[in-house]
Amino acid sequence: MTLTDFQHLMPLLILTVAVLVSMLVIAVGRNHKIMYVITAVSFLAAFASLFDLRDVGRYTIEPLLVIDGFGVFYIGMILLTALLISMLSYAYFEQREERKEEYYILLLLATIGACVLVISKHFASLFLGLEILTVSLYALIAYLRTRERSDEAGIKYLILAAFSSAFLLFGMALVYASTGTMEFAGIAAAMSGFTELPLLMLTGFGLMIVGIGFKLSVVPFHMWAPDVYEGAPAPVTAFIATVSKGGVLGVLIRFFMEVDGFRYPTLVLIFTIVAIASMLAGNLLALLQRNVKRILAYSSIAHLGYLLVAFLAGNQMGVEAVTFYLVAYFITTVGAFGVVAMLSDKERDAEQLEDYRALLWRRPWTAAVFTAMLLSLAGIPLTAGFVGKFYILAAGVNTQLWLLVVMLALNSVVGLFYYIRLVAIMFQQPEADTEVQPRGKLRPSIYLASVGTLTILALLLVYIGVYPSGLLQVIQGLIVSTVP
Amino acid sequence: MILVWLIVILMAGGVLAWISGKVNRALPRWVALGSVMAVFGMTLYLWLSNPIPVLGSAWLIQFSQPWVPQWGIRFSLALDGLSLLMLLLTFFLGLLAVLISWREIHTKVAFFHFNLLWVLAGITGVFLTMDLFLFYFFWEIMLIPMYFLIGIWGHENRRYAAYKFFLFTQASGLLMLLAILGLYFIHGNQTGVYTFSYFELLNTTLAPEAARLLMFGFLVAFLVKLPVVPFHSWLPDAHSEAPTAGSVILAGLLLKTGAYGLLRFVLPLFPTATVEFAPWAMLLGVIGIIYGAILAFSQTDLKRLVAYTSVSHMGFVILGVFSFNEWALQGVVMQMITHGLSTGALFIIAGFLYERLHTRDIRLMGGFWSTAPKMGVIALIFVMASLGLPGLGNFIAEFLTLVGSWQANNWLTVFATIGLVMATIYSLRIMQKIFFEANRMEQALPDLNAREMLIAIPMVAMILWLGLYPQPILDTARPSIQEQLQAYTKPAQEQVPVARVDVPAKKTIYIKRTGTKNPEETKPSSNLQITKSSN
Repeated sequence: MTLTDFQHLMPLLILTVAVLVSMLVIAVGRNHKIMYVITAVSFLAAFASLFDLRDVGRYTIEPLLVIDGFGVFYIGMILLTALLISMLSYAYFEQREERKEEYYILLLLATIGACVLVISKHFASLFLGLEILTVSLYALIAYLRTRERSDEAGIKYLILAAFSSAFLLFGMALVYASTGTMEFAGIAAAMSGFTELPLLMLTGFGLMIVGIGFKLSVVPFHMWAPDVYEGAPAPVTAFIATVSKGGVLGVLIRFFMEVDGFRYPTLVLIFTIVAIASMLAGNLLALLQRNVKRILAYSSIAHLGYLLVAFLAGNQMGVEAVTFYLVAYFITTVGAFGVVAMLSDKERDAEQLEDYRALLWRRPWTAAVFTAMLLSLAGIPLTAGFVGKFYILAAGVNTQLWLLVVMLALNSVVGLFYYIRLVAIMFQQPEADTEVQPRGKLRPSIYLASVGTLTILALLLVYIGVYPSGLLQVIQGLIVSTVP
Repeated sequence: MILVWLIVILMAGGVLAWISGKVNRALPRWVALGSVMAVFGMTLYLWLSNPIPVLGSAWLIQFSQPWVPQWGIRFSLALDGLSLLMLLLTFFLGLLAVLISWREIHTKVAFFHFNLLWVLAGITGVFLTMDLFLFYFFWEIMLIPMYFLIGIWGHENRRYAAYKFFLFTQASGLLMLLAILGLYFIHGNQTGVYTFSYFELLNTTLAPEAARLLMFGFLVAFLVKLPVVPFHSWLPDAHSEAPTAGSVILAGLLLKTGAYGLLRFVLPLFPTATVEFAPWAMLLGVIGIIYGAILAFSQTDLKRLVAYTSVSHMGFVILGVFSFNEWALQGVVMQMITHGLSTGALFIIAGFLYERLHTRDIRLMGGFWSTAPKMGVIALIFVMASLGLPGLGNFIAEFLTLVGSWQANNWLTVFATIGLVMATIYSLRIMQKIFFEANRMEQALPDLNAREMLIAIPMVAMILWLGLYPQPILDTARPSIQEQLQAYTKPAQEQVPVARVDVPAKKTIYIKRTGTKNPEETKPSSNLQITKSSN
């Protein structure tokens, strides 16, 4: 490897070093604050190092990685999200008895995995990235192991994720068998002659879709999502919902754009069915839930369905729409789970609808932020979610995916119903006898980390909702290089 | 710039009202009153200082600023006579809404006024914007605060009503968004300019099939909001469960955004498709008139009764809009204003009664004429207005609408006229049940106090003025109505040569670009359509 290679991999190297340093620090002495600072600083440093790569064009590190505008943007998005999540985690874990320090190591590792995913151009790096991410998540999900449902969630995720990885590997093997290469570009070259996919390739792609589908928790591979969301600690849930899915979606887009999978009606049909099923199942099942984390889980299934609509547009505008929507979705989801984390107490997470009753009159600002996040998920104007949904609809209408677009519109209405129900619960009149339970056992500095994060998220949400041009410019500037 | 200020003042006033609630419980009311007064004053000034009939162009003021240049979205506002009248109505009713809430709303006063002002801001935006993206933006903005107004301060069954209102309007709004996007891309593919600007999109040539689909997208949103009969079921619930201020804004303003949308967008954007659809739309209007009247007659809940009269009155609006002539559209504009006033007033009276009696059931009322004569007189005036008594505003509106629609469709107009007779029946029943008959209530009924008279007197004055001297309103509306009708009134022979010249030049491009969607449609056939239908 040359020096420029190292320069281009700087964000990943910084994170790797941070992991090693963290381990050594723990060996010397346990201190939650120091760990937190190391993590946050390394995320920031990694993000800062991205500024050098702004005008990277397309830099390949043969044969595994490619660093281009698309990758830089996705890494940046992942790093910022991870930073915000670590800020939320600090207050959350400070309240809890368990050993908290290793959590940050796992968080850093998982983030590295996601970053590798979005810049991989080879099956090997894809799989490596995915496994780094997934293995860290096994531990993260079951991190608060004394709690009731943590183990269940962890094991469920372990088994299903391992299973799906096996599918993915098998799929890759079949594709390798028929094309003789594991590089995306090589596969694309081998496929360029086919007008339709041979059976072996189709099987390979099908199995890979199963594997990817599990990670994205799209229907029919979504069964793990609600249980894992419910059992995992709130910040980890936020991580699964955002970074993990975003990374996988990033590599999916890169692969599909490279091999131009939209040429094959079978693949498009599969994704169309998956998208529609995800939207429908996610929204309809969310209607039945009484648990906020489960509602958010089903809603994230539906949102992945929306994202696939733009993905299926399969052109520059579609990629931009996916990216824009992802940004909005990241902000919103982290914000929503941030509120959940903030309201949680020592024993359990604030996940029952009861915990949110009359929240507006007890804690107006928290409730206002949560309302903003829910409205953004529902796609109401003035929030980033609205612009994102608009962009997706525009991408869909542009390529005339009428069925998908109409389904999306109808599903938005269903989605609205349960988001609004949550909002309505927060706005209910407090019953006369509920007294405000005293909080504030936390030191103000810790409390501030959460409040600060949520404030940043809420401001970003409104800023993007009112003035999307800035973000659009960045996206259009960086992503232009991916699409062949 | 003054147009931006109208919206900004309301939004900032809303935020200020919310914050000021921390300082003093009464302060939000004054802040709200002050900001609505300010915008009302500004609009009045605009009206009085612009001699409308003299101007050649319909547009008085325009403001445009790029918002999201990448998508061709501009923050573009414009004011013409129609918007001006709607704004005057908005702020007048807004003022009343603040005043009637003075005693009625006791909980979360600050948040209430925040929502009230934001609804008004959203409605103002809808009436002003000339960019379709921005239009959808404001269209949605006004829903959320309205949802809260119903859901938090409403009557017993408020949550159900709020949900229903929200879901109906949201679902229809999304279909409109799809239609807007469709129009955007069709226009973009034809001209290479991707823009949401209303003025640019007016010049889009649409294949008949596409025009029909897009028109239905817009129509759904507006017909649900209006509401037209098969989509009306949200209205009685929302109106009867909302607090008085909410009912006034719903009936007086939110329904009008639907009518406004029909006038401003559906008519000029889809001149051929609307002509095809006109008989059906008029039929729906007539069904609405009669169905609303029958249901109004059978209600026992006073607010529900008034709500159904809205369904009936809004039938005239759609009847008029789809008659495509100036008479009818003048009637529609008048109907929008007078219905806003008269129905608003009836809801206010229902609110007064509810404050005193804590019931809306008219079977329990009776004989209040002797105990509360002032209220009786006010109520009588607005009930008479609602049944269309000459001398009051509604008569002018319905008369003009019927004159216009007679020229378009004789038989449907005959049936619509039957609706007027039915209006007399249900209106008189209101008076009969509440103010005459025997008094079944033991408790005393205090008459209107000074604050309530302060609310009622201006409304009476307005409705009388509109009935006796409507000319200023008609003059103000005329230029913009003519503008909306341009595509219909243009003589046919003028249109045909223009199209013929265009055909050879554009034909090839047209087929190539949008060929995938409508391969069988070609330009000449669409011209044929225009010629045929405009004759």
